Amino acid sequence: MNFGMEIVWWLVPAALAMGAGFLIAFIWSARNGQYEDLETPAVRILFEEESKNKKEQIDAAGRTL
Amino acid sequence: MQQVERFKYDDGIVRKFTIATLAWALVAFLAGIYIAFEMAYYKLNFGVPYITFGRLRPLHTNAAVFAFAGNAIFAGIYYSMQRVLKTRLFSDKISKFHFWGWQLIIVSAALTLPFGFTQGKEYAELEWPIDIAITVVWVAFGYNMIRTILQRRVKHIYVAVWFYIATFVTVAVLHVVNSLSIPFSLIKSYPVYAGVSDALVQWWYGHNAVAFFLTTPFLGLMYYFIPKSVNRPVYSYRLSVVHFWTLVFIYIWAGPHHLLNTAVPDWAQTVGMAFSVMLWIPSWGGMINGLLTIRGAWDKVRTEPVVKFLAVATIFYGMATFEGPLLAIKSVSEIGHYTDWIIAHVHSGALGWNGFLSFGMIYYLVPKLWNTELYSKRLANVHFWVGTLGILLYLIAIYTAGITQGLMLREVSDAGRLAYPDFVSSVTRIIPLYWIRGVGGLCYLGGFIVMLYNVRMTVKLAAKNPGDTEDEAVPYQAKESTADPHGGFSHRILEAAPMVLTVLVVVAIGTGSLISLAPMFASSSIVEANYKAQMLKPYTALELAGRDIYVREGCYTCHSQMIRKTVSDVLRFGNPSTIEESVFDRPFQWGSRRIGPDLARVGSKYPDLWHYRHMMNPQEVVNGSIMPSYGWLFKDKIDYAILNKKLDVMKSLGVPYSENDVETAEDRARSDAAKIAEGLRADGAQVKDDSEILALISYLQRLGGAK
Ligand code: HEC
Repeated sequence: MNFGMEIVWWLVPAALAMGAGFLIAFIWSARNGQYEDLETPAVRILFEEESKNKKEQIDAAGRTL
Repeated sequence: MQQVERFKYDDGIVRKFTIATLAWALVAFLAGIYIAFEMAYYKLNFGVPYITFGRLRPLHTNAAVFAFAGNAIFAGIYYSMQRVLKTRLFSDKISKFHFWGWQLIIVSAALTLPFGFTQGKEYAELEWPIDIAITVVWVAFGYNMIRTILQRRVKHIYVAVWFYIATFVTVAVLHVVNSLSIPFSLIKSYPVYAGVSDALVQWWYGHNAVAFFLTTPFLGLMYYFIPKSVNRPVYSYRLSVVHFWTLVFIYIWAGPHHLLNTAVPDWAQTVGMAFSVMLWIPSWGGMINGLLTIRGAWDKVRTEPVVKFLAVATIFYGMATFEGPLLAIKSVSEIGHYTDWIIAHVHSGALGWNGFLSFGMIYYLVPKLWNTELYSKRLANVHFWVGTLGILLYLIAIYTAGITQGLMLREVSDAGRLAYPDFVSSVTRIIPLYWIRGVGGLCYLGGFIVMLYNVRMTVKLAAKNPGDTEDEAVPYQAKESTADPHGGFSHRILEAAPMVLTVLVVVAIGTGSLISLAPMFASSSIVEANYKAQMLKPYTALELAGRDIYVREGCYTCHSQMIRKTVSDVLRFGNPSTIEESVFDRPFQWGSRRIGPDLARVGSKYPDLWHYRHMMNPQEVVNGSIMPSYGWLFKDKIDYAILNKKLDVMKSLGVPYSENDVETAEDRARSDAAKIAEGLRADGAQVKDDSEILALISYLQRLGGAK
């Protein structure tokens, strides 16, 4: 009798495989430089509005673009 | 040197999700308020099956979580992600598919739950065809998101996006694992897990549904919308990164704290408790980080409704995450579990954190999306104050109710007897508080209706066809130093941090899940041994039919079937429940709230006639009961024909039925039912041989005596 447990047994090797991927992935993310600069990103998101020019476009054309 | 690129954001999809958020919020709030008043005044059940508490509560929770919060998440994610990554969403078509698919899922939920099509697992009630649809749409969402991240023009992935990735990956895994079931009809199915396994999978899911559907995405939104609304960078970006990783790693282990003092092995409970307590640190780190972002801009809290909502939401996040670990301590859980304390805890999160954050976000989004100003800041302020009042009324009433009932139920006199042996007295005591809670809900709804009006007017006064926002950016070079002219698709994929992050998250939750699911292995072998030793008998066909009625009616929303290892539970209901007792339970029905007494050992406590009369009219049998009457069970007929199929599916899942059991299921059920009916008629009751009540009685009478 197995009470449907075979599905979980299938999950074990799958999870272990993910564990192997973990190590590789972690080295990657550090080498990719995601954590090098932890100052600029916080500020950068505040600037997006400046390049917005939707308003003018609608005014100029009198309709949406 | 790369050229500056001009591009447009997909604002249309965000507008769609925003409107859907508002529409479904209304449904969720109305359903919630209705069931709140059903608690206060049971007659509101009206004897109509579709609106009884047991069927409507799942509709309320699903609407609140997946329809209201879900659409809000999608709106916020699609809006902020495009902007921090400086790119349009990967595919307009997938975005549309995502939107309409999700709305269709919600509609089908609303069309099945009131009819009793439920898997009987909290927040995972939807049946298998809908579960498949959810998986498809969810994967479409994730694919759209990952591809968008891959085509970004900013190398750094802003912290909010990490929260979104974690949300996608984790919810996908949780949903699939918890929903695995084998259909026995076009709509209905039995879960592949039974008893304690089902309980562990379910609460591993249930807890993390809260963590990864109601927390991580909203934290991502917090880290975007708070800085934007006060125009200041997040207080500590480094802390936000730490917040993310610690949460992802710790959350996934905490599931067993929903099963403290139960039959789940002690060590698993301890693991759940330990990790829950650890959650204190990152949660509060994040909350303080959010609030400190507003520092120096406190004047905006006074003047800007958006900031007001966001600030208070963050405070509620802090409150809920302070309380959560507290409730995960065994001795606190002993009082709080099964009572309204948990309902209060959930609503400080849902109304305060998720609700207010969504409202703040929408007040921020609507003017931007429709390219105009908010119609009235004053009305938004009114919404804020009325909503806050609603939350306070709700919480004060329901915390009091929960703690009152918890203390009453566990009070034992010096002589070692229960101070309140009569369960109903603990219910009637808190009815006045239920009225106050209902009024709190009405306030919250009132504030929301003001918002609907405000948004409606804003959109009405805005120019037609608001269009898409245009932006420009210089794409970053994937590899500055060693530019590889032959770097093809696979190379870029390898470079892409989102993939890395996705894998990281998968691994984080994978390992955590394994640990929290591990007790299943242990317990399954225990169960197997006990099964052989004690010769536990699986449910008869008629009992199974009755059990399915129990699930269909959502009796588990008011009744537990799990006597805990606590003094008062044992005095009140009998020996603690054991793992073996629920070994055939698909789904498990341990429950999470006791508005009525535990039913784990209700079998043979009363004669059949008692149940007959009680189900017909509870108030006639038990003074002060607030249980709905189930008149339709006396008219509706047992579906005998499907029983062979049901047993067959159970057999394929490993339940020890013989071929003969399966083939004769229908006949045996008929003769069992006839026997019960005969007995009832001998006692003067009127009942037909195929009335559903017979199946339910046969199930109830078997509870606790499963040998
Ligand atoms: C709205 C909450 C609610 C729902 C839903 C509900 N009950 Fe009850 N139930 C109660 C309350 C309160 C009591 C205690 C008072 C009483 O006995 O009527 C109770 C008592 C009982 C009892 C007596 C237990 C005892 O030990 O005395 C049984 C049996 C029972 N319910 C069965 C059911 C079944 C079966 C369903 C689903 C078809 C159901 N209940 C749905 C609230 C509920």
